[in-house]
Parts: sequence; C-alpha cells; structure tokens
Amino acid sequence: MHIANGIVDGPVSAIFIVVAVVGLAFCVWRAKLDLDDRLAPMAGLVAAFIFAVQMLNFQVLPGVSGHLLGGTLAVMLVGPYVGALCVATVLIVQCLLFADGGLTALGLNITNMALIGAAAAYLLVAGLLRVLPKNPAGLGATALIASVAGVVIASMGFVVEYALGGTTELSIGAIAATMAGVHTLIGIGEGLIAAITVVTVARVRPDLVYALRHFRKPVLAKAVLA
Amino acid sequence: MNNSLHLNRESPIHRLSPEVKIVAVLLFTIVVVVTPREEFAAFAGYAVLIAIVAALARVPAGWLLKRATIELPFVLLAVVLPFAGHGERVEWLGMSLSVEGLYGAWNIFAKGTLGVLASLLLAATTTTRDLIVGLDRLRCPDVITQIMTFMVRYLDVLADDARRMRIARLARGYDPRFLWQVKAFAVGIGALFLRSYERGERVYLAMLSRGYAGRMPVTVGAPAPAAEWVLSAALPVASAGIAVTALLA
Repeated sequence: MHIANGIVDGPVSAIFIVVAVVGLAFCVWRAKLDLDDRLAPMAGLVAAFIFAVQMLNFQVLPGVSGHLLGGTLAVMLVGPYVGALCVATVLIVQCLLFADGGLTALGLNITNMALIGAAAAYLLVAGLLRVLPKNPAGLGATALIASVAGVVIASMGFVVEYALGGTTELSIGAIAATMAGVHTLIGIGEGLIAAITVVTVARVRPDLVYALRHFRKPVLAKAVLA
Repeated sequence: MNNSLHLNRESPIHRLSPEVKIVAVLLFTIVVVVTPREEFAAFAGYAVLIAIVAALARVPAGWLLKRATIELPFVLLAVVLPFAGHGERVEWLGMSLSVEGLYGAWNIFAKGTLGVLASLLLAATTTTRDLIVGLDRLRCPDVITQIMTFMVRYLDVLADDARRMRIARLARGYDPRFLWQVKAFAVGIGALFLRSYERGERVYLAMLSRGYAGRMPVTVGAPAPAAEWVLSAALPVASAGIAVTALLA
C-alpha cells in the first residue's frame, strides 16, 4: 500500500525525501560496482519484471485476488543495491504515471519499500543462508522468512514515520498492531511465491541468483587439478 | 509505449513541455499539503483550480473520478478516524463522533484527493516518453532516468510474455485458482525472470556493439521556453495565493 499525500506532515516528508535521496545515491554507487555499465539495461529489465509481476493478479480465495510486491524476490535475485534501485524506479513510475502514492510522500514510500525493505530482507537472506541447509528446501525457507520479515519491517517504517509526523491522533500501538497483522498475511503469500520462484531459478540458472554467489564452486579449477 | 492513463487529446495543457508540468504539479501538491486543515475555503479554491485545468486539458470529470478510486484504501482509513479518535465528541445522527477524528478524516480525504487528481491530470496529458525527458531536463540523475527508460520500453514486452505463458498454461488445462495451487504461478514467475534477465543481457550486448559507453545519447528537442514556465506557474501561484488569502482572512 502506497502512502498518499497528507497522511504524514510536511517537515517529516521533507526529511524522508533527503533520506531516500542519500540512500539511493549509495545504492547507485554500490550497484555500479556490481554491474558497471551493464547497470541501466539490467536494472531496467528487472524493474520491468517487477512491474509485470505486479500486474499478474492471483486468486487467493474466490473474489479476493492479491499480487506480488516483488521486493524480496528482486533482492535475492539481483542483490540489495540493484534490487532497491529497481523497487525505487517502480515506485517513481507508479507515482508519476499511475497516481499511486502521493508526490510529497514519495520519499516516505521509497524509504520504506525500497531502502528498509531491501536492507531487512537482504540481511536476513545473508544470515539465514549460512545457518540453513544448503539445498532447495533451505533456499525456499530463506525466501519465505525474509519475505515475511521484509514486508512487516517495511510497514513498521510507516509506523515510525507516522509517530514522527502523523496528521491525526490515533494510538501508535493500534496502528502498529494493524499494520503488522495485515502485512504478515501479505508477507506469507508473497513469501510462498518468492520461495518457489527463487528455487525454480536456482535449479535452472544458479549463476543468476545473487544470494548464492558465495556458494559457487570453482568447477574449472577443480577439473584442471584433477 | 503509452501508459494506460494517457488521454490523447489536443489541448494547450497537452502541448506544454513535460518539465514545466511536473514542476507545477509538484509545487501545487506541496501547497495543498502544507495548508492547515481548518481552511475549508482554501480547499474549495484548490478544487476549482483543478476543475479549470481539467477543462483546459479536455479531461472528462467522469474519467478523473473513476481513476481517483486508487486512493480508496486511505479513504477507508479516514472513515474509521471519527469513530476511533480521542478527545471532545459530537452527536450526529445518533452516533458519537470525535471532533479530532473528523478533522483528521477531512485532512486525509481533502489532501489525498487533490493530490491524486493533480497527478492524474499530469499522467493524462503527458506521454511516458515525455515524462522521462522532463525528468532528465530537471537534472534527475541519469542512472534513474535510464533505468526508467529501459523499464518503460520493455514493460509491454514482458507483460505480453507473462500473458502468453498464462494462456499456454490455461490451454493445457491448468488454472490455479486458490492459494494452495500457487506453485504453477510461481514457477511461471521464475521462467519470466529468466527470460527478462537473458533479454537484458542480449540488449546490453546489442548496445555495446553499437558503441554504448555507459550513457545514452542526448535526445533531440529543446527545453521549455520561458513563456511555458510563466504559463504553468499560474497553477502553483494561484494555489499559493488562495492559501495566503485564507490564512490572512
């Protein structure tokens, strides 16, 4: 859910625009280390992929359909920096072309979904992959847990912003509980899809899963030694 | 590609350069958001301004209202506020409503709706390509505009890919309808990612072989003349005027 204009007051929105710009600048710098001049075409295609995936509705129950947000999926497949850039691009396009999310709330939305979401998901992915067994089930469990946690933590970003500059007086506890509840449900659906998707890609092209890059075995070197 | 919200009309607003429209909408939205919520007359004035721009751009009211439903989740939040709010309460139709909550609901509803309407007018009068050109002329970092260019360029291609895969699945008699049938859907997403990423690699190699060195060539077309900036400044200046008058009155 994208924050609209007027939910959070002006000064706090302005502060988070600065946070978003600084965060994205850092992501651009790190993403260029990952992809150098391939950055624009690759990140653009991944952003289009996230957007296309968001357009596919999936029936959860008769009459109720949901769609994927794609943040954790992008982070696992292309890494935290390129992933955050792609999600931020999707948010800017949705704001300007589809009027989804307020123009003055763009900084808030980018901070929550692109920066906090990607950072939380990637830290969890990096940690869990060390602990869990290195097989498809372990990879799937990692994607599931990171998705649920990533979505809920991103929604807590909104709670913090609301506590700082909310324009209405609702108890923060109630908002935090509602947001956590709704987003846990969203996160579980998101996590199931992300888990199966990542496992599918890992079976066919494990070299394309960024999260697995530390587990590559130097096949060639071994063959030469043997 | 054209976005689904673009209305291809011939109007003075459509002819304006994209960068002046982006700046005008941004400034207008900022004025709306910083206006104190008690200034009801000011919000009425903003609504009149939006109506004037919509009439100039020949965007029908029904079209705007139908697409403004995108902010419904936040309107629902606004409906809850008068019941859940604290403090002084008033009786209305036998219901006890919080005064603070009513103000809060009005605040979200008025500012949210005006913001969505302004954004919709921008999207209706500007093509996707022009929007990116506008952002580029406003000195938006070229990494972002380039990623956006690729994203917008390939969005239709990937959406068509996804649609073809879905039809192929349906044609073979599989139609995942419930959450416990999610596997086929997710495997399809995995295949879509592989296609997107491999297409990205092909596109990159094709660009390299045509001399790409990390930056797209500068697009033709002149930046907006001063007259357009003056013309488009009418919207933010008028809204700021309304805000100042309402505050002084």
